Amino acid sequence: MQIFRAHVLVCGGTGCTSSNSPKIAEEFEVQLKKNNLENEVKVVKTGCFGLCAEGPVIVVYPEGAMYTMVKVEDVKEIVEEHLLKGRLVKRLLAGNDEFDYNFFKKQMRVALRNCGRINPESIEEYIAFDGYQALAKVLTEMTPEQVIDTIKRSGLRGRGGAGFPTGLKWEFARKSQDDQKYVCCNADEGDPGAFMDRSILEGDPHSVLEAMAIAGYAIGANQGYIYIRAEYPIAVNRLRIAIDQAKEYGLLGKNIFGTGFDFDIEIRLGAGAFVCGEETALMTSIEGKRGEPRPRPPFPAVKGLWQKPTILNNVETYANIPVIILKGPEWFASIGTERSKGTKVFAVGGKINNTGLVEIPMGTTLREIVYDIGGGIPNGKKFKAAQTGGPSGGCIPASLIDTPIDYDSLAQVGSMMGSGGLIIMDEDTCMVDIAKFFLEFTVEESCGKCPPCRIGTKRMLEILERITGGKGEEGDIEKLEILAKNIKAAALCGLGQTAPNPVLSTLRYFRDEYIAHVRDKKCPAGVCKSMMHYVINADLCKSCGICARNCPVGAIKGERKVPYEIDQEKCIKCGACMEKCPFKAIFKNA
Amino acid sequence: MKSIAELEAIRNKAREQVSLRSEEDQYRIVVGMATCGIAAGARPVMNAFLEELKKRNINNVSVTMTGCIGVCRLEPIAEVISADGKKVTYVKLTPEKARRIVAEHIVNGRVCVDYTIGATESAK
Repeated sequence: MQIFRAHVLVCGGTGCTSSNSPKIAEEFEVQLKKNNLENEVKVVKTGCFGLCAEGPVIVVYPEGAMYTMVKVEDVKEIVEEHLLKGRLVKRLLAGNDEFDYNFFKKQMRVALRNCGRINPESIEEYIAFDGYQALAKVLTEMTPEQVIDTIKRSGLRGRGGAGFPTGLKWEFARKSQDDQKYVCCNADEGDPGAFMDRSILEGDPHSVLEAMAIAGYAIGANQGYIYIRAEYPIAVNRLRIAIDQAKEYGLLGKNIFGTGFDFDIEIRLGAGAFVCGEETALMTSIEGKRGEPRPRPPFPAVKGLWQKPTILNNVETYANIPVIILKGPEWFASIGTERSKGTKVFAVGGKINNTGLVEIPMGTTLREIVYDIGGGIPNGKKFKAAQTGGPSGGCIPASLIDTPIDYDSLAQVGSMMGSGGLIIMDEDTCMVDIAKFFLEFTVEESCGKCPPCRIGTKRMLEILERITGGKGEEGDIEKLEILAKNIKAAALCGLGQTAPNPVLSTLRYFRDEYIAHVRDKKCPAGVCKSMMHYVINADLCKSCGICARNCPVGAIKGERKVPYEIDQEKCIKCGACMEKCPFKAIFKNA
Repeated sequence: MKSIAELEAIRNKAREQVSLRSEEDQYRIVVGMATCGIAAGARPVMNAFLEELKKRNINNVSVTMTGCIGVCRLEPIAEVISADGKKVTYVKLTPEKARRIVAEHIVNGRVCVDYTIGATESAK
């Protein structure tokens, strides 16, 4: 076996891949060869480190030096300086400033433990970090009841959004008597801006496979299905490789560890319909039918896939299972708050400096995420609100920034944990516009089976379009509230029942913005185009003409020594003039 | 997979491949690999360290390179740094001396005094 004295880990997540990390890995091979180091230094593609805003990210061991925003041209320097001469390339090092340091300091990686540490396409590396030990322990030392009891005592709750206790779910399925049961994994991550599950599957696919086998043993199932959207090609590919490797090693298949336990996993690709993240719709889709939900009860634990008892857990939920088995339920329960145990992964996006993937202990406050881990709001803007739970969730306003992130606190302020999308909004965001954005999404994604969702959300969207279009009428806000209440009460599945949430929560905290739109025909944030216009301040204008040259529709006229003017009839409100004006003489007038 | 012993064997073998990435090193061996070091034969010395550690199945020791340590006339030089930060500087190394350092210093915790910079310099 070859001995390597250094490992170069190159991020192979979707984010870094699209910013050219595969080329960087290739360049490392080339440069290492050139310096005769190819037998001393190994290049490994790994999963997401979380610092996506600063990608591509690479880490060099044994020093553990993290380089960010690496370009192909930088590789030569890293090889010649760091790997040949042992001198760190300081200008590329992460952690130079306080932000990067805090980014990792307040995090705790449990579900993401192997992301950025192992090569996800190598089962040996997963095994090296105690992979499949939990399965071995469960199959040889524990009864199914003990496994369920362990998960129950850990306090683990579903990470897909609703937060149902995982151990309880397994117990229901265990108690259902049938000749065939199924274990399903929900990897149909659909919230706009969320990529936690994708990153786990890309960085550590075996942890999900191992956990599904454990779940199979616990409930008495021998077949698993992973339902994953086809838009995640890297994740699908790594899962396929992982399943093949696990079968080859006999960690999936017949008679695992000689205990007589059989378990097999198949992948089912989803076409990307948001409703297929709903459990009954997901199972209907696996069965090969059109992905539509059905009424519950019967719950899947009694009658699920092909009318057989089934459990469905989210990717992140599964990723926690092997750790709980190995480190014990008490260890897991010691992290987090009274009723929310463990950690939660968030995909932090929007108006924030450190866009990326973070994993925090439950109970961390929103302020810590935004300012310590997230590095604050860009361009010195003010924090206005954060949206959790995507189109099913709600917003948390700046006044509640010290809210601890756990299932109950978030529900209390009218939002929800959701699957982990966290969108940060600054003062330039119009909350009515945000509500409209999420409703547009649910209208588009409503499957159409039940009228409250199909028709109700459409009517709500029409009212919102009217309000943002400057044609809001007295009584519109009340109509929105009545519709929201009725849709929540009457819709068939989670999609419809939660669709009004973004409207309700923005109404709860930003009602004055709605009133400004309806009554004063004004958008306070200056976002809604029908209610704002651009003006040139005649005193500041130097008549340089740059605005006129950059206007795509020729709406700006003027001549030398005379201030320029915008023809409001022609103006399409693109904002190009304001951006280009060197004297900051153009203003948005809300 | 027929038994847990089989999994254990795979784990132990695979651990050697990735032990580099765990943060808990008992010792760090830093070999001077600037032009002066390489010219004096630092590369075979470093390879000897790596091979000897491998042969003895020692996973909690990392071997890294560094630049010129400053006393070029005593190259090849290597520093053995223990977890508590104590540093021993070995000079004028050869692959044979490197192997002995692993056996004596790393495994048994006895510093090879005759190879240290102190011994070499005062013997003059």
